[in-house]
Amino acid sequence: MHEAQPAFQYATLEQQHDAAQLGMWTFLATEVLFFGGLFVAYFVYRFGYPADFAEAGRHTKIVIGALNTAILLSSSFLVAWAVTAAKLDFGRLAAGLLVGATLLGAFFLALKGYEYVQEFRERLVPGVNFQFEAPHARGAILFFIFYFAATGLHALHVGIGLVILLAIASRARQGAYSICYHAPITVAGLYWHFVDVVWVFLFALIYLVGRSGA
Amino acid sequence: MSPQEVNYLTAGHTLRSWFFTTDHKRVAILFSATITMFFFIGGGAATLMRLELATPQGDLVSSDVYNRLFSMHGIVMVWFFLIPSIPTTLGNFMVPLMIGARDLAFPRLNLTSWYLFVFGGAVTLYAIFIGGIDTGWTFYTPFSTMYSNGHVILAAVGVFITGFSSILTGLNFIVTIHRLRAPGLTWYRLPIFIWSLYATSVILVLATPVLAITLLLISLERFFGIGIFDPKLGGDPLLFQHLFWFYSHPAVYIMILPGMGVVSELVTCFSRKTLFGYKFVAWASMAIAVIGFFVWGHHMFVSGQSVFAGLVFSFMSFMVAVPSAIKVFNWTATLHKGWVSYDAPMLYALAFIGLFTIGGLTGLFLACLAFDVFVTDTYFVVAHFHYIMVGGMVTAYFGGLHYWWPKIIGRMYPEYWARAAAILIFFGFNMTFFPQFVLGVLGMPRRYHTYDPTLQVWNVLSSAGASILAIAYLLPLFYLGWSVFWGQRAGPNPWNATGLEWQTWSPPPKHNFPESPRVHRGPYVYTPEAVAVPQNA
Amino acid sequence: MTYWPPRIVVIAWAALLVLLGMTIFLAYEPLGNFNLLVALCIAIAKALIIMAVFMELRERSGVMIAFAAAGFFWLAILIWFSGADFITRPQFPPQL
Repeated sequence: MHEAQPAFQYATLEQQHDAAQLGMWTFLATEVLFFGGLFVAYFVYRFGYPADFAEAGRHTKIVIGALNTAILLSSSFLVAWAVTAAKLDFGRLAAGLLVGATLLGAFFLALKGYEYVQEFRERLVPGVNFQFEAPHARGAILFFIFYFAATGLHALHVGIGLVILLAIASRARQGAYSICYHAPITVAGLYWHFVDVVWVFLFALIYLVGRSGA
Repeated sequence: MSPQEVNYLTAGHTLRSWFFTTDHKRVAILFSATITMFFFIGGGAATLMRLELATPQGDLVSSDVYNRLFSMHGIVMVWFFLIPSIPTTLGNFMVPLMIGARDLAFPRLNLTSWYLFVFGGAVTLYAIFIGGIDTGWTFYTPFSTMYSNGHVILAAVGVFITGFSSILTGLNFIVTIHRLRAPGLTWYRLPIFIWSLYATSVILVLATPVLAITLLLISLERFFGIGIFDPKLGGDPLLFQHLFWFYSHPAVYIMILPGMGVVSELVTCFSRKTLFGYKFVAWASMAIAVIGFFVWGHHMFVSGQSVFAGLVFSFMSFMVAVPSAIKVFNWTATLHKGWVSYDAPMLYALAFIGLFTIGGLTGLFLACLAFDVFVTDTYFVVAHFHYIMVGGMVTAYFGGLHYWWPKIIGRMYPEYWARAAAILIFFGFNMTFFPQFVLGVLGMPRRYHTYDPTLQVWNVLSSAGASILAIAYLLPLFYLGWSVFWGQRAGPNPWNATGLEWQTWSPPPKHNFPESPRVHRGPYVYTPEAVAVPQNA
Repeated sequence: MTYWPPRIVVIAWAALLVLLGMTIFLAYEPLGNFNLLVALCIAIAKALIIMAVFMELRERSGVMIAFAAAGFFWLAILIWFSGADFITRPQFPPQL
């Protein structure tokens, strides 16, 4: 159908695609455990300092957090759309959608940066200028260590994702993908959606703590 | 042109063809050169340690230097020798051959894995060179994060980078074994070496990321002076230990499963018999990998973790011994009434079975809470894990190396030298490490460079054994090196074994098989007259 | 000529935004210890939707679904067994 040939160690393109997807899912499993270590620390210290975590959670900016969640969910929607479009030879549309997702991702990072600056001004950065009300400081600093470590690591993954999406968009625009050959765009999509899944959990654990309390 | 002239070794002579190769066989050779270098670096540290311990006083090195020596020994031997050893050398070389594939699923990722390994190794060696660390390979907090004056962050970064090398290797093997098997090669027709590497890869992929985040966290703690694991600042040092050992215990199974896979290959070939209880052995490998994730707290029995947790981990540690024992029984049953020959690879396999059994049994002793409290942090533990890692894994590595040497190089090694080295290794090893069981029970703590003078005789025995072991380990370097140029040329199947790797030339051509083999039967099929029936015949 | 997204993808997106609203609303409700559970359950639901629809797991083989689940399952082991220590300690966090 198209010119693409499987690599020499594969018998068919389908086998190669399947291997690529399995490979990406394996990599995503490693990412679950990588972020997971941070989640363990979070759960342990939330269990140990429930009141401190609740107070610290109330200092997070839920409007920005909620907006960022909606942004990432929407960018995932665009990517999912783009992948199906590319498979049906709508390469230019796919490229446009991927660029749209990239812009949303960039907006996410911009909001995150603004949020970090606010937190710096409010003296909430552990190891730099952290200051918190007396009874809750011990647990609060642990909350904010988790916050910066996890969202920082996540932001790094978003940044890498932006580069990947743009590279794929460029190839999609040239009509590189089709129903026969679409492993790169599918696999890039998996990575981006996973970054979204991580954020979904981060949002729940960071921005919603202590909201129902004083 | 004959097979000797056209093969993966002769296909390209430039440096570029080696350092930019994507051929899994060449990557395996790149890895073996690197890990051999690290083996001698780690061995050098051990030599200095054993020299110091020949006398009760701390007279060779200061306590601070001694701390840095055992830390270096642990870090280099664990992350830069044992964990990569069989998977990246014998595994990289043999996996595609044994499953009838032309390469791994992701050849460029394989080369990337080697470059990451070299990069991480360079960073770690640099950290060692400018003074090293004194925390032990275990980096316990808050000493490592708040009080140590070694190069902790640099060492952590080096290991962090190397971790990605491990992950990529595991990922590659998993996808390859799932998707690149030759036609007719069902899961239950796979050689046990492949099953073992699959189980190892599951651990590599799922455990290593937790190490990565843990190293990141201690680097953050040390750099910013924040108290994630420091009780003075609200943290809990046991959180570090849980995260660290969640990786490091399964890591020890990374450091034995491939060796067990090799032993299954050797025992079947050199008793000319099919493996007893193949499915049990295959699933035992998977069971070790899975249950191995449930036992990490047995490194923390005296750390302050709750008694309940101690109970849970002790019980699970008993459970994990069961699949290992199943393997030992099945190997023994395979040997029973077999046509046993005592070539060098078989000597290593037999040594493995005995030494691993001792190591494994003493592991069960350590799994008992009360006994562990008595011998924890003594030389009993040191002896236990060296019996498994050196008596087990390193022995199996040498066995596999000799077994597959003719396939890799195309020439045989000198058999009598090889047998002599194997026997010398066995004696040197036992003389080095058996006295350490005694030392542990007599109360000598580990990681100390001085000890009570009444313990000297055992220490002298151990150090003397170490000198024999050092010579014994140098021997293969010489005769294997010699054989590369002057060894007798080998045919495709010098051992008359059944695996697919023996159905192609020695050394193999660049893409392994002239045409893709079709598999009709399981591995290890031998007739009653001990004739091998290859998998694709 | 353009290509509209498959209906299921649009429905999934809408569902995700609805769940986002729900989880924010419920966070402000005083449910005591259940606040965490509710937030996590909704997060899991969102993750499942993303994985099933956007990541197309609902169309994939059992092997791939097992690969996708493996990371989470192993993380659960880590949380479960280390949790067994922390929640049965006589005193946690450690005091100096």
